[in-house]
Amino acid sequence: MLAPVTSQPNGAPRALAITVAGVTAAGTELTLRHPVERFTLDNGLRVVLAPDRSVPVVAVSVFYDVGMRNEPEGRTGFAHLFEHLMFQGSAHVPKMEHARLVQAAGGTFNGSTHQDYTNYFEALPAEALERALFLEADRMAAPAITEENLRNQIDVVKEEIRVNVLNRPYGAFPWLQLPQVAFESFANTHDGYGSFVDLESSTVDDAADFFSTYYAPGNAVLCIGGDLDVAETERLVQRWFGPVPARDVPPTPRTGEPAPTSVRSAVVEDRLATAPAVALGWRVPDPVARFDEYLGTVLLAELLSEGDASRLERRLIHDDRTAIAQSSYVGLFGDPFDVRDATLLTTQVHHPAGVPVERVTAAVHEEIARIATDGVPADELRRVQARTEAQLLRQADSVLGRTLAFASAELVHGRAELAGELAARLAAVPPEAVQAAARGLDPGTVAVLELRPAGGRQ
Amino acid sequence: MTVTLDLSLIPPLGPPRPQPVPAATETTLANGLRLVVVPRPGVPLIELRLRVPFAAPDAGSAEGHTAEASVLSGAVLLGTASHDQTGIAQLLQGHGAEMSVSADSDRLLFGTTLLPGGLRPVLGVLAELLTSATYPADGVEGERERLAERITIARSQPAVLARAALGARRYAGHPYAIALPDPALVAAVTGADLGALHGNRVLPAGSTLVLVGDLDPAAAGDAVAEALAGWTGTDQAAESAPATALHAPVLELVDRPGAVQSNIRLGGPAPGRTDPDLPAVRLAAMVFGGYFSSRLVENIRERRGYSYSPRSAVEHQAAASSVLVEADVATEVTGPALMETVYELGRMALTPVTEAELDAARRYVLGSMALSTATHAGLASTLSALVGAGLPVGWLAEHQRALEAVTVDQVQDVARRYLAPGALTGVVVGDAEVAEAQLAALGPLTVRRDVQS
Repeated sequence: MLAPVTSQPNGAPRALAITVAGVTAAGTELTLRHPVERFTLDNGLRVVLAPDRSVPVVAVSVFYDVGMRNEPEGRTGFAHLFEHLMFQGSAHVPKMEHARLVQAAGGTFNGSTHQDYTNYFEALPAEALERALFLEADRMAAPAITEENLRNQIDVVKEEIRVNVLNRPYGAFPWLQLPQVAFESFANTHDGYGSFVDLESSTVDDAADFFSTYYAPGNAVLCIGGDLDVAETERLVQRWFGPVPARDVPPTPRTGEPAPTSVRSAVVEDRLATAPAVALGWRVPDPVARFDEYLGTVLLAELLSEGDASRLERRLIHDDRTAIAQSSYVGLFGDPFDVRDATLLTTQVHHPAGVPVERVTAAVHEEIARIATDGVPADELRRVQARTEAQLLRQADSVLGRTLAFASAELVHGRAELAGELAARLAAVPPEAVQAAARGLDPGTVAVLELRPAGGRQ
Repeated sequence: MTVTLDLSLIPPLGPPRPQPVPAATETTLANGLRLVVVPRPGVPLIELRLRVPFAAPDAGSAEGHTAEASVLSGAVLLGTASHDQTGIAQLLQGHGAEMSVSADSDRLLFGTTLLPGGLRPVLGVLAELLTSATYPADGVEGERERLAERITIARSQPAVLARAALGARRYAGHPYAIALPDPALVAAVTGADLGALHGNRVLPAGSTLVLVGDLDPAAAGDAVAEALAGWTGTDQAAESAPATALHAPVLELVDRPGAVQSNIRLGGPAPGRTDPDLPAVRLAAMVFGGYFSSRLVENIRERRGYSYSPRSAVEHQAAASSVLVEADVATEVTGPALMETVYELGRMALTPVTEAELDAARRYVLGSMALSTATHAGLASTLSALVGAGLPVGWLAEHQRALEAVTVDQVQDVARRYLAPGALTGVVVGDAEVAEAQLAALGPLTVRRDVQS
């Protein structure tokens, strides 16, 4: 399904909202169990520490404020290709040794490229903390980017794209295809995995420029969570990251664009697919500037599609039987809290060939209109909030999941603490906010992507 | 620029901190259900896993059983004597829960997360599902139609095709040969069939319920005993019949015209969970291709760029265990990629691994076991699989000690028996127009051209 683009498979947890609030039931008092400590180094690196000593595991993550949306024209896929290059060794670490030093300490690692940031992370036994700091600092100072490594990783990335997109049905649906219909700007519409032409023409100089511009310490957040001592960790962070020289920090690019005023639609043919599918995307409020409204949208997506009790599961699957599967989510990769403007709520439906797509889309619009007109019963919203809360808690149970959530909240929202407050904030959303969110899903401004199958014929 | 590793620069590892040992309370209820309860600090949630052995009785009935079992896993949620489908879902949702039910060739698995205050009501819903699922004709019809569509979609995935092709070769004549149910048989399943299957086969004796998280063991035990007392049966839930994997020495190419990648799959027998060879085989498979630091990844990914995610692993089913090697490679390098894979297997079988390779693999296995059991959900799933396989909870600690003791000689010994290229059965799914000549150059080959793509 949807996963951020990663440097190795099966390493990254599925991105979704995470929190650390301790809760007994939806609507009861929500307490923040994990205090957050933060400081900034002289070179501009922002550091967040989230100690929790219940299991002897520590997670180290570095988030750079550059993602797929920052790529220049002609360099589609470069943020992700560069992520791969960060694993090719650094000033004091030969190729393959980054992996060996983490894994031979009993740890796991990965990196992933998102719309608005690129992250690198390790989860390790607590005694390996300093080793992970050394490795991250070494490549923040000087990754070893050579012609040979660049050519090798272009080949690896092409295989990644073949596995995930070109050699499987629905590979680009809808995450690479819908943005082209829904948005206008290059930042929002281009293929973040990259065209083979752009990837193959990438040079070592491009990589050096990209590193120089975007991988400055002042453009990054270092977040460490789990079994750590705050004072000792601060000393280790100073020791390893303090010497990385400061560089200019690029301004945060504006990725917002005017809201659409009309229906846009497109049809794609999938030569490997055997059944049709459709995705509808609506612009939603700015995830950062209009956070309170945005929370209503996040709960609306859950209410529409999460589980057998949800509106669209009941309508499309149980009652009308016009669909094989349906889902709704906010944010390109399904994490509503790690994205900036512009963002979509996407509803995607796989349906049998015998069901006309118009019937499916009409039913989706009808269900949304019902919420926009009648509102949401309080008990239904309360159940959705309980389920959402349980999912947030589940993500927060893993030291790594929690640490990544703190880091993305710090980078995108400027407040790591927000990750710990999400359950409480969502539990406080009134039914009117969900109704207002449904009014925003106007059938007159929807982006529609129809996938027609051409598979099974060869 | 060549960087060499100066070990004096690398911060040494501190002394290891003790891993918390889960304190499991194990009981067997009057109806035969085994219950394992593990209180654990962490988030205020409980994870529930109910594993019901649900194997096909024999190869002859396996096709039909697989079709019925896969419809049942969706249809069991369609309604009970007291609640319809929506009512069930709403009851669960109010406690943060959503029941997932899945079937494979060994078992049915009911699983959910839930808020701690919901333990009794969620167990109440589970009891309803187990004792009074209604399988309404109308709902079953919708369920089987959707399932048939989903099977067709699954069959268009090359990874699914490849797994099915390898399974069919290795387990011909055993229910494990069936990777996906036949849509025609699925379409014929009725509510009455499911009611009968449920009554005869969804049984407490032989089943295991695991609860992990924010709970009190005594209170949780009482709640389970009370809620599930009415789930009874005289027979034992059905375990899989013993399976002996077949060895096919000739590589099979499954033609998928126009494919831009070839899916290489090799498989052979592996020691089971109680076999003393297992720890050494796990470490051998790890050194070969089990993690990023492995020989296979270094060769065909980091040196040659043939593949994004080459990998190997030991996989356990109830009646058989396997060594599996998988790589998805660019079509034009199908032959070279297989050649390098076989070369690395041969090197494992014939020459010793280094102490450093073994130690790294060992620390990684131990570390990743600790990480994967450091959440309620991870621990619950791990315990469900172990206890379901008839092992005690203490097996985890024993296995860790056994891993610590494995020597280079033992790895070499098991690698020769379990990882030698000649011991594995192979399948490649890919475009025969390009791949056939390359693969034929490496050895005997058969080509299948009948598979839809």
